[in-house]
Amino acid sequence: MGTTQQHDIAGKLLIARHSVVHHLPAEVKLVAMLSFVFLVVLTPLGQWWAFGVYGLLIIAVIAAAKLPPVRVVKRMVIEVPFVIFAILMPFFSAGPYVEYFGLQLSEAGLIAGFGLLCKGTIGVLSSVTLAATTPMRDLLSGLTRLKVPTLLVEIAGFMVRYVDVIVDEMRRMKIARQSRGYFERGIRSWPVIARSAGALFIRAYERGERVHLAMLSRGYNGKLPSYSLAIATKAQWVTGMLLPMGAAIILVLAWRMA
Amino acid sequence: MSDAVLEMHKVAYAYPDGHQALFGVDLHVHRGEKIALLGPNGAGKTTLVLHVNGILFPGAGSVRIAGMDVNKENLKAIRAKVGVVFQDPDDQLFMPTVRDDVAFGPSNMGIVGDELAKTVAEALAAVGMSEFADRSPQHLSFGQRRRVAIATVLAMKPEILVLDEPSSNLDPAARREIAEILESLDITMLMVTHDLPYALELCDRSVILSAGTIVADRATYDLLTDDALIKQHRLELPFGFRLDPSLAKK
Repeated sequence: MGTTQQHDIAGKLLIARHSVVHHLPAEVKLVAMLSFVFLVVLTPLGQWWAFGVYGLLIIAVIAAAKLPPVRVVKRMVIEVPFVIFAILMPFFSAGPYVEYFGLQLSEAGLIAGFGLLCKGTIGVLSSVTLAATTPMRDLLSGLTRLKVPTLLVEIAGFMVRYVDVIVDEMRRMKIARQSRGYFERGIRSWPVIARSAGALFIRAYERGERVHLAMLSRGYNGKLPSYSLAIATKAQWVTGMLLPMGAAIILVLAWRMA
Repeated sequence: MSDAVLEMHKVAYAYPDGHQALFGVDLHVHRGEKIALLGPNGAGKTTLVLHVNGILFPGAGSVRIAGMDVNKENLKAIRAKVGVVFQDPDDQLFMPTVRDDVAFGPSNMGIVGDELAKTVAEALAAVGMSEFADRSPQHLSFGQRRRVAIATVLAMKPEILVLDEPSSNLDPAARREIAEILESLDITMLMVTHDLPYALELCDRSVILSAGTIVADRATYDLLTDDALIKQHRLELPFGFRLDPSLAKK
């Protein structure tokens, strides 16, 4: 008796296509996306047209990457908690107040909330695009070439490798619980779920030890072999920087008009 | 027929991704029988077992436990009647102490107080683990953890005990100890295994599940001596084994 279904969480993020965006080296995309998001965050609130143009820019990138819009939108669900926070801001911020539809709303709260919504949405769209166009392995080697400490990159790599194993373990524990007549019902099942989570944590930790031992026995000396990939060319850097360059121009205009 | 503890009738099942695992399985297990379910990897053994206690429901056909249909309405009763011991005891044991873990099943059935303590004590005694009741499962040997895993299920006093590879990953002594425990239990048993000598030792009757159907159902000795049949389904006796004809009992 083995496992009944396989998971591939890390692999599922990639939406394989042949496009300019997909073919850019990971480090170029990382730098482009990070600087783009950084520029968006620096934009003064109130210059709403600028956020509109940023949105169009990232949508253009998504179109160039031939990503299916519906799947991109579905992945944005991760933003929901921030959206809720942004919506609450006008209700809880200090005055002066304005009235809309019979509701007393804080003007500063409205501006801050809407700004958060704009910046958050653009940020989420950027990371969704990066994740959908870049295989996890490439992302890791991109980080290495950007001189991110090897240890951090390797930890991220192990997480990617083992997340499926752990999810699978979690699923089997759940089946084993149910098989002993356990039904999850609301808050009363939390102690059991908490104990399961604790057991899962310890098992993940111990599995880490076993994996490490097995690595040592095959001559691991603290450094993983790096994945060899072609180094990004000048042309690729130029292509990748089109997005942040565009954003930089808008940022300058927005500050002048502010 | 009224004495059948497990009745599977033309059970077919396909996973949501379209992969069909079972193609019309017919299987009857009578009260008190110990049956080995043999079959190569990927034959659908896991899927079949998950049908016995209603983790999965057949796409077609029916499963009955002690005369009761396995369906969503009587899941609780079914889970009480079917005890599944999973292959990796770590999947089963997650409570801080052995005692808590063995108590988990029966307390889900609503058993409390002295009766619960008595049930737990009996189950642990049946697998010879009474003195480990207050230990953490994490600190037991693999064989001990498997014994505790069996106890966690025995404590529910099931009608049928389903074991997934009970002899896997055990040293020879632990393997024999588990066999002795299983032999000593007066309970209906369905044992999923690749360990053919183990099947012969513990089970009078064996079935082969291959490519989602039952392809053989006979006395274990007869089945294991049919070289052509077991080879065809990727089963073989370990190197150097030839069954002694005196084992063709009953």
